[in-house]
Amino acid sequence: MLAESARGFLDADAPVSKLRKMRDDGKTHDPELWAEMAAMGWCGVLVPEDNGGVDMGHAAAGVIAHELGKTLAVSPFLSTAVMAATALKQVDSAASAERLSAIAEGRLTYALALDETSKFAPENSQLACEKSGNGFRLNGQKSFVVDGGFADRVLVLARSGEGPEDLTLFDLPADRAGITRNDQAMIDSRNAARLEFDNVDATGDDIIGAAGDAMTVLRPALQAGQAALSAEMTGLAAGAADMTVGYLKERQQFGRPIGSFQALQHRAAHLWCEMEVTGSAILHAGRMLDSDPGNAAMAVSLAKARAIKTAKLAVIEGVQMHGGIGMTDAFDMGFFMKRARVASEWLGDYGYHAEQVADARGF
Amino acid sequence: MSWATQDPESFRQSLRSWLDTHCPQAMRDGLNTEATICWGGKNWEFTSKHQKLWMQNAAEVGLTTPRWPAAYGGAGLSREQDKIYLEELARINARMPLLSFGIWMLGPALLAFGSEAQKQKYLPQIIRGEQRWCQGYSEPGAGSDLANVQTKAEDMGDHYLINGQKIWTSYADKADWIFALVRTDRDAPKHKGISFILIDMESEGVSTRPIQLISGASAFCETFFDNVKVPKENVVGEVNKGWDIAKYLLTHEREMISGNNQGLTSGRPLGAVLAQTAGEERLSDASLRAAAMECEIDALSVGLTLERYKDQAEAGAGVGDASAMLKYMGTELNKQRYELMMSAGGSEAIDTDGAHGDLAMDWLRSKANSIEGGTSEVMLGIISRRILGLPG
Ligand SMILES: Cc1cc2nc3c(=O)[nH]c(=O)nc-3n(C[C@H](O)[C@H](O)[C@H](O)COP(=O)(O)OP(=O)(O)OC[C@H]3O[C@@H](n4cnc5c(N)ncnc54)[C@H](O)[C@@H]3O)c2cc1C
Repeated sequence: MLAESARGFLDADAPVSKLRKMRDDGKTHDPELWAEMAAMGWCGVLVPEDNGGVDMGHAAAGVIAHELGKTLAVSPFLSTAVMAATALKQVDSAASAERLSAIAEGRLTYALALDETSKFAPENSQLACEKSGNGFRLNGQKSFVVDGGFADRVLVLARSGEGPEDLTLFDLPADRAGITRNDQAMIDSRNAARLEFDNVDATGDDIIGAAGDAMTVLRPALQAGQAALSAEMTGLAAGAADMTVGYLKERQQFGRPIGSFQALQHRAAHLWCEMEVTGSAILHAGRMLDSDPGNAAMAVSLAKARAIKTAKLAVIEGVQMHGGIGMTDAFDMGFFMKRARVASEWLGDYGYHAEQVADARGF
Repeated sequence: MSWATQDPESFRQSLRSWLDTHCPQAMRDGLNTEATICWGGKNWEFTSKHQKLWMQNAAEVGLTTPRWPAAYGGAGLSREQDKIYLEELARINARMPLLSFGIWMLGPALLAFGSEAQKQKYLPQIIRGEQRWCQGYSEPGAGSDLANVQTKAEDMGDHYLINGQKIWTSYADKADWIFALVRTDRDAPKHKGISFILIDMESEGVSTRPIQLISGASAFCETFFDNVKVPKENVVGEVNKGWDIAKYLLTHEREMISGNNQGLTSGRPLGAVLAQTAGEERLSDASLRAAAMECEIDALSVGLTLERYKDQAEAGAGVGDASAMLKYMGTELNKQRYELMMSAGGSEAIDTDGAHGDLAMDWLRSKANSIEGGTSEVMLGIISRRILGLPG
């Protein structure tokens, strides 16, 4: 039911043509669409009812993300409603309660500043955090901060000591003195930014969770984001595959629909199989996060790895089976291909997640 | 024993203590290979007294067919309890007490289409491992085009007279009975003139000839019917409507074959298997490791899909044509898995007398997975036409 209402809304208010229009107008954020999502309760999908949310859980967040992926809707849903909300829920403070309700109402957007090199590796963060008087001083840079160009606040991962996990997570307003934001031109026309931190002052109040213990707060947030992003990617794959199967039925060559050629039938069927199997992994990840979050790591990485593989196949076959038209900017398939590429990198690529699964399975 | 009514936790507890006393230590070696499976049947020779004891103990409480109704001797377990049963078997690394075509294929078909008399007659014998079945579907001219069967059954008033030939009938030389597709109406369209019939392999006129496989085993046979008399009550369901039963049974066969891949609940992680074969704790060869990780990820996901479909079936929504997906994905993966194990084993694995000699036989056997029960190409055809609606 959630899926159907989400689909109806997104087909009408955030079809692929909307992304195209935003791209053509040079825009990467649509505050109106975000407000509508808030009105439907999506921004509060993981926010407790006491903080004004609807608290429907990760499986439900996955359902929404899947539908967002299908039409390539652009929003800070993952950064804000999924990851920031999950991080804030891990801490019990007045400030986090206030921010959670602001998220639920759609008044506050977040981005996560994690990566510093071209691959996802939060534990390798080097952005320096030094004691300075009663507070801290941050120096360094972050890249591929998705939604970072417009977000109101950023969660910043900083190194506070020599140990591998000696990291501290800060929750800062994006306009804090010393932070510079430069847009990164993402291939999928979504928002991302490079952030420079030049003697940025912070206090103990800016820390989320405990100093030197970022991962306790960040890990659940990352897992929530990875699971939802996987769901978004299967939505994206489904959107691309629907277009492709539709085309196979309609395009005529040699006097018959190309979908009657067995070479194409079998490839389309194989793609369908891959999507069906990936769907199970996504469902499982959402359920594990809801029922047994402490043991969800493998389920989440399984979902992300499968989602990457499947989305890649869906867009490659999507372009190939459309022939020349598949390569044109005027046709939507390219948007799916670009979004799939970006989503494959965000929050860990195939190799990263395969290693997590292998670890859990004792390789 | 009334397990059927127990809640999951008390079921798990009582099952554990039952297994403690009823599953022999020797049967806890995790082996479910071609060489160690217990198939049962009139002529079965047990490989050890433990194998016999384990089968009989399990049969006594219905655990050879955990989900079959207690009325016929099954354990009558719910889907959730069945999951627990499999988990508990895996926990102690137990072999399956009994596997057979009767359990995988004929039983489900009889439960769905058989008369009460047929159920009473055959099911208890299958459960107790006393009756071994083989499958008489394929013929020289009816492989992928299964509905083209020509073996003919003539109505002789009080019985049918059967003439024709089957091929690739696995274990026909060891089976007590065969369930077969026969043509009862030559004039009807292909799918409409087929009946599903049960034939005693000891009937006069039935003969078999083994065919050797690439593994050296002779698991399958040519089976000949020469004026074989079969009582009319041996037709299952309606005459000429056998194709419906054939298809229903095939969905079970597909799920069974695909279930042989190591899903989340069923098996040991591939890493552990490979490390054992390679003789190392961790997999260090980068290309093998990368391929193994991908295979494991895919296998876990197929396993989760099998679980999801079973839950769906339990909730009353049939899986139908999607079982073709499980068959296709599961068997292709299983082949990949065996390729990896062979790579990990290196020269040890190709030495048939070596430490991993059995592995080579199982590797060869795995190649059949994507042929038996319908080829991968046929599965993809089912999906593209019936699920995606592509033109024929
Ligand atoms: C180990 C093993 C055990 C078996 N056990 C039994 C058993 O117990 N009882 C039983 O009845 N049968 C059994 N079989 C037979 C099995 O079901 C058939 O082998 C199978 O259905 C394929 O038929 P075929 O061998 O005639 O191949 P063919 O149908 O001749 O196929 C040859 C090739 O052509 C391809 N092909 C055929 N039609 C199409 C099409 N329309 N589109 C695309 N490709 C196509 C196939 O995919 C295959 O690659 C067993 C087979 C094996 C290997």
